[in-house]
Amino acid sequence: MQEVKQRITILTSFLAIAAIAMLAAAIAASKTAGIVLTMVVAYIVFAVFLIGFVYRIIRWAISPVPFRIPTTCGQEKSLPWIKANPLECPFGNLGVIGRMAGEIFLFRSLFRNSKAELVNGRPVYGSSKWLWFFGLMFHVSLLLVILRHLRFFTEPVVPFVGALSSLDGFLEIGIPTLYMTDTALVAGLIFLFMRRVLVPQLRYLSLFTDYFALLLIASVAVTGISMRHFFPVDLNEIKTMTMGWVTFTPVVPGKTGILFYMHLCFVMVLIAWLPFSKLMHMGGIFLSPTRNMANNNRARRHVNPWNAPVRVRTYKEYEEEFREQMIEAGIPVESTGPGEAEKDKQD
Amino acid sequence: MSSLKISQPDELIRISYETPKTAWMDTPTVFRPGTWSYAAAPKNLSYLGLPNPRQWQPSDEDWKLPDNWRQIIIDGMKERLEKYRSFRLFMDICVRCGACADKCHFYIGTGDPKNMPVLRAELIRSVYRRYFTTVGRCFGALAGARDLTIDVLKEWFYYFYQCTECRRCSVFCPYGIDQAEITMIGRELLNLVGCNINWVIEPVANCYRTGNHLGIQPGGIKDMLEFLAEDIFDRTGVKVNVPINKKGADILFVAPSGDYFADPGTYTCMGYLMLFHEIGLDYTFSTYASEGGNFGLFASHDLMKSINYKIYAEPRRLGVRWILGGECGHMWRVVHQYMDTMNGPADFLEEPVSPITGTLFENARSTKMVHITEFTADLIRNGKLNLDPRRNDHIKLTFHDSCNPARAMGLFEEPRYIIRNTCNNFYEMAEDTIREKTFCCGAGAGLGNDENIEMRMRGGMPRAMAVRDVVKKHGVNRLGCICAIDRATLTTLMDYWVPGVNVMGVHELLGNALVMKGENERTTDLRGEPLEGC
Repeated sequence: MQEVKQRITILTSFLAIAAIAMLAAAIAASKTAGIVLTMVVAYIVFAVFLIGFVYRIIRWAISPVPFRIPTTCGQEKSLPWIKANPLECPFGNLGVIGRMAGEIFLFRSLFRNSKAELVNGRPVYGSSKWLWFFGLMFHVSLLLVILRHLRFFTEPVVPFVGALSSLDGFLEIGIPTLYMTDTALVAGLIFLFMRRVLVPQLRYLSLFTDYFALLLIASVAVTGISMRHFFPVDLNEIKTMTMGWVTFTPVVPGKTGILFYMHLCFVMVLIAWLPFSKLMHMGGIFLSPTRNMANNNRARRHVNPWNAPVRVRTYKEYEEEFREQMIEAGIPVESTGPGEAEKDKQD
Repeated sequence: MSSLKISQPDELIRISYETPKTAWMDTPTVFRPGTWSYAAAPKNLSYLGLPNPRQWQPSDEDWKLPDNWRQIIIDGMKERLEKYRSFRLFMDICVRCGACADKCHFYIGTGDPKNMPVLRAELIRSVYRRYFTTVGRCFGALAGARDLTIDVLKEWFYYFYQCTECRRCSVFCPYGIDQAEITMIGRELLNLVGCNINWVIEPVANCYRTGNHLGIQPGGIKDMLEFLAEDIFDRTGVKVNVPINKKGADILFVAPSGDYFADPGTYTCMGYLMLFHEIGLDYTFSTYASEGGNFGLFASHDLMKSINYKIYAEPRRLGVRWILGGECGHMWRVVHQYMDTMNGPADFLEEPVSPITGTLFENARSTKMVHITEFTADLIRNGKLNLDPRRNDHIKLTFHDSCNPARAMGLFEEPRYIIRNTCNNFYEMAEDTIREKTFCCGAGAGLGNDENIEMRMRGGMPRAMAVRDVVKKHGVNRLGCICAIDRATLTTLMDYWVPGVNVMGVHELLGNALVMKGENERTTDLRGEPLEGC
């Protein structure tokens, strides 16, 4: 039963990709649709992305952080002769910045990953860095690929893009040169997707969006790589179009082919969907209170903006109830007569 | 319900990690005896003014919920999404990478996929998507959204009371998503419709009324402490004072009530009393603030704040300089991460300075509450204590980092420094099971009751097995800790998985080793067990 459901989920995500591809093919075949896509939809997509992304970030950012709840993963700063761990248990802002940099650039927490297994009736914890390795590889490659695309959006091309591209292709395999990041991006995607499909526990908890997100990025990558290596397109036409967007004088590109429209459609779906999806983790990670707060709770008071009043039991009420036995036990009391707490309440 | 049958360890350890035949949203929750906790008694709910007091049990078909329970929960979620960035963010950004899955002791101990932190969170996330996100409203199940039904509520209850808020998953999560935070909010929501467990609510009600979870009244507290003082006299020949509700003392000492109530916590408490006597500390216990622990943490932020109030109200009344806190795990989560924010500022207290060494505890300059291992480590470092670790030579110790001091404070070296100075035989457990990666005792967050025994033994299994390894390797016979819940529950856990290992607090170790002025020659340790070579 669950196997069938899981297969349907995976299949649905492939179908969704196929639908987008077909739509792209249809658009490529129709001159009007091409105009609408490149001149109107492009701006709408960008607006949806920008507004959606900013809205989500602002929504998180304006939510109060009532308590300082860092997860400490190293020694606290306490006595001067005990060596504190400023990165895993930051006491100040510098440490927090360091910790966050580790999380964002090196996936520090994921690097801790281990795998628990029962061996001969006891759990053992093996090292398991594959997710970290491929995860990091995927994310870094994706970032570099996006940066390389700046050559389509700047004129003259910003200098570092050229350097980046030649560095990326320094292996000089094939013509045009194969980019390492392209290879790594696809390798990362294959790992992440296969892991989801093959590990039963992961398949059990995966949702449609989990598969769809990976397939969508993979579709962008595959169409892009195909255009570079197998079905070359006229890059001048594309650059004319992209620069048209940037300069707010959109033009319809000349002959670019189905593959390009597919690439474009996948990218647009990705960008427009991103603010509504789990891919927002790219922004959310910066705001995670267990990571971006210093563990200096007892040294600096954290203020809760909505600190709600609660019902409390005062000492007077307490003594009122237990005064007799306190006196009997020889425990000091504030007052020897009853009724004071009552009076207090009336005031 | 101590008659509850639980399988033998060699049977319980046969855990299957195979996924169920049905998808998780279609898998019904079964309230199997031994894996859940009794519902809160109506008298406790009434006393605290909490909603929907009634007689019911989770195993009942009808939970006797208010007619508009669904609306209450949805409104409660809305309110909390607006009040807690953590909650909103953790609902939104999980990518279900699964790194947290096998980090949870309940998952390792049960193989139940809903005990993977990611899926435990999805229980509530699916409802969040349905009612609070556009995508969820439009695409329903395809977007991982589902309606809030009574079965979902029951599932929440079962699994949010199968999480000990230990935060181990949050160490491994690439975004720091903290299941403890989600469980806390989940339990708060359940509380809104009167679905809570007695083992949490009764201690809270007790604490509200008597100042401590166990409901011990002032006379009883005095009796117990004086009884411990007599025991100290028996063992050492030294008469120690037990100051109670003393105005104008330098320091208010707050311990978890478990420490003066029952073995083996009492030995730790004897260690405190001996230490304070030996250094001539001007301090006082309080019967009103007679509980360091805070089971409110396991019910709602409001209840946490409510019973934490005394920890600041009492030192103000007594006019002490600052507060010293005993060995207790979740107590320190509250003291360290919540107290100052909730009930501070403590501007009526002074910045904590050790009256013995003159050390200023800079890390506690705002909250003005110092952890006893920080205090004692400083004493030892400054040579203020005369210690004879040979008196602990009959003990082969390993140390369990309690979840909260580990992952909410980073208190690792202070207890170890005390241990190394008081004990010659100390062996660490495997690296994946200590410090920030420490495994929960399996019974924190209010789950340490008898009716939940099977789940406790399952959840504590990873901890117990790590102990068993050092028992086999080094002949360890004692498990040290700095937590009162640990001292109570690890004892049961050891008896089940690793018989022969006893549990002790770090200050019991100190009490054994502490050479006191005018003491008789010791022939036994604080438990009355003969010392090696005597």
